[in-house]
Amino acid sequence: MTIPHADQIRLYRDMALARRFEEGVAEAYADSFIGGFTHLYTGQEAVAAGSISALNHDDYVNATYRDHAHALARGADPARLMAELYGRTTGVCKGKGGSMHFYDAENYFLGGYGIVGGNLPLAAGLGLSVQMKDEDRVVMVFFGDGASNNGVFHESLNMAKLWNLPVIFLCENNFYGIATDVRISSSFNEIYKKAQGYGMPGHVVNGMDVLEVRELCDEVVRHVRQGAGPVLIEARCYRFGGHSMTDPARYRPRAEEELWRKRDPIPRLARHLLKRQICDQARLDALQAEVNETVEAAMRFAEESPVPAPEALYEDLYVEEPGA
Amino acid sequence: MPEQRFFEALNHAMFEEMTRDERVFLLGEDIGLVGGTFRVTEGLMAEFGARRVRDTPIAEATIVGLATGAAQGGLRPIAELMTLNFGILAMDQLINHLSKMRYMFGGAVSLPVVVRAAFGGGTQKGAQHSHSIESWFVNVPGIRVVLPSTPYDAKGLLKTAIRSDDPVLFLEHEMLYATRGEVPEEEYLIPFGQAEIKRPGRDVTIISWSRMLLESLDAAEKLSKEGIEAEVVDLRTLDPLDFETVLASAARTRRAVVVEEGWRNVGVGAEIAARLQEHLFYDLEAPVQRVAAADVPTPYAKNLERLALPCADQVVEAVLKATL
Ligand SMILES: Cc1ncc(C[n+]2csc(CCOP(=O)(O)OP(=O)(O)O)c2C)c(N)n1
Ligand SMILES: [Mg+2]
Repeated sequence: MTIPHADQIRLYRDMALARRFEEGVAEAYADSFIGGFTHLYTGQEAVAAGSISALNHDDYVNATYRDHAHALARGADPARLMAELYGRTTGVCKGKGGSMHFYDAENYFLGGYGIVGGNLPLAAGLGLSVQMKDEDRVVMVFFGDGASNNGVFHESLNMAKLWNLPVIFLCENNFYGIATDVRISSSFNEIYKKAQGYGMPGHVVNGMDVLEVRELCDEVVRHVRQGAGPVLIEARCYRFGGHSMTDPARYRPRAEEELWRKRDPIPRLARHLLKRQICDQARLDALQAEVNETVEAAMRFAEESPVPAPEALYEDLYVEEPGA
Repeated sequence: MPEQRFFEALNHAMFEEMTRDERVFLLGEDIGLVGGTFRVTEGLMAEFGARRVRDTPIAEATIVGLATGAAQGGLRPIAELMTLNFGILAMDQLINHLSKMRYMFGGAVSLPVVVRAAFGGGTQKGAQHSHSIESWFVNVPGIRVVLPSTPYDAKGLLKTAIRSDDPVLFLEHEMLYATRGEVPEEEYLIPFGQAEIKRPGRDVTIISWSRMLLESLDAAEKLSKEGIEAEVVDLRTLDPLDFETVLASAARTRRAVVVEEGWRNVGVGAEIAARLQEHLFYDLEAPVQRVAAADVPTPYAKNLERLALPCADQVVEAVLKATL
């Protein structure tokens, strides 16, 4: 195990924050502070936390509509993310984006996107910009198992490899695209092996184990940063709740859900940290208390923030207005 | 007459037509096992089996293209695009293929394809999930465009769509699915190209379709209290367009307001206003008014979304302008 102890503790904190943030979102959604489509990340925390922690601050990341934890892992301010969900001016997108569309350029989180697969070509394009500007950066793009059946997945992998772009394609295989089991929607279910079709390396990792994710990503990021071209990673994981706030997930067998809940990445890391005496329970409790306070403060901040002024409706459409 | 919800009326239309004609089959995302995101296809897989009710991967372009090919081969597919926002991925198949083939091949082929899709804004789904882009398709010759506003119309028009030998885009506003209305038990069909006067009036003609028809009826109710009797015309199909009914009504009232949820710029309202002035230039008492969405992407924040999308109050305002 090569991951520094401080990083391991930090991963615990990142996952706890993501978990608690989503709990806060669920409460605020129930209280109608949040509307629209809201997709929680609960259960999958190890993937975003583990993989993003392997990046440099100025590496690029983009994600899907299930983007809360990715933005948090990038270091976005939880209060401004929450304010976005509440549709307030202080939100990361001034309340114009909402849950599916976080953006935080300062932390190189370059967007959450609502159209399945839509962010993959963007990631390839970011990779091209890095290459053409000769920058020391990699790109990490998140998408689901369902997205791997859409045309742009294949087009993006092909072009990324063809042009040797520094892109890490990270497929979060939670086995469902809304209600559709990946086993009835993909002709071939080992997604990571699809990399072979494009001549790039493909890896599979246990997405419920944050340290495994981090270890693999450390290696992959190093490889991609050296100019070796794109890589596909399949992280097998599970969302504990429904697809979105309005989905009770009745299509999933209860036994399957219970099995995966036993693999909860947060208690798993806690057990490891305690067993290896990397930290004690008091430290974990303190971290939990800290993230609870962070989320509470974020919700207070969001609630107290103003809604956008009516003039905001016509702002931000174009950079330039003719004659202005 | 028994009442039904909009989604049930659609469901019954498909049930009846699938029973009547073996060649009719369904394909789309999450339509089978779970009966559709909006419950429209509930029970159909249990009734007709997985051969005729097909769950597909997230592959919009291929869903539409495959339906087109199946129709070429003699079947009568109903392709469901979960929402029209995702149908944008299928534009090539819809516009370059489905709408073109019959004419381009000199009438050698007929393509009895129904493409059904939910659409529309109003529930804070943000910029990528709120499109009302029916005008795009009305602009393209070769595909019928149908937008029912009531359960009765939904059923009668969908049955006509399924029996039509031409491609039909059948658009169902998301906020209409739960609405109720009378639907007779005995069979009926509603022909394309027949607008319906949903409320008679002598002072002004309001022209609308789909969900905005309901806002228009609300507005008419409010106006009636002010002593203004608005006639509300439901176009029901935008292609073919029953301009006769619009013209006859506007010739009587001498005032017209077109209400649509899509963007104002080059919207359907522009076409109707242009045709009205071609025919009634000397008879109109006021310029034709257009009520439509603000020309910006739909914002997430609730207060901004309300400003962006048209509503009954804006219809009232427009009518007052037209009747000054
Ligand atoms: C092109 C497109 N088609 C359909 C949808 C509707 N939709 C939203 S999420 C989703 C499932 C995606 O599944 P997956 O890629 O596995 O991601 P997950 O939600 O499981 O993280 C679907 C079908 C969409 N947003 N975009
Ligand atoms: Mg999935």
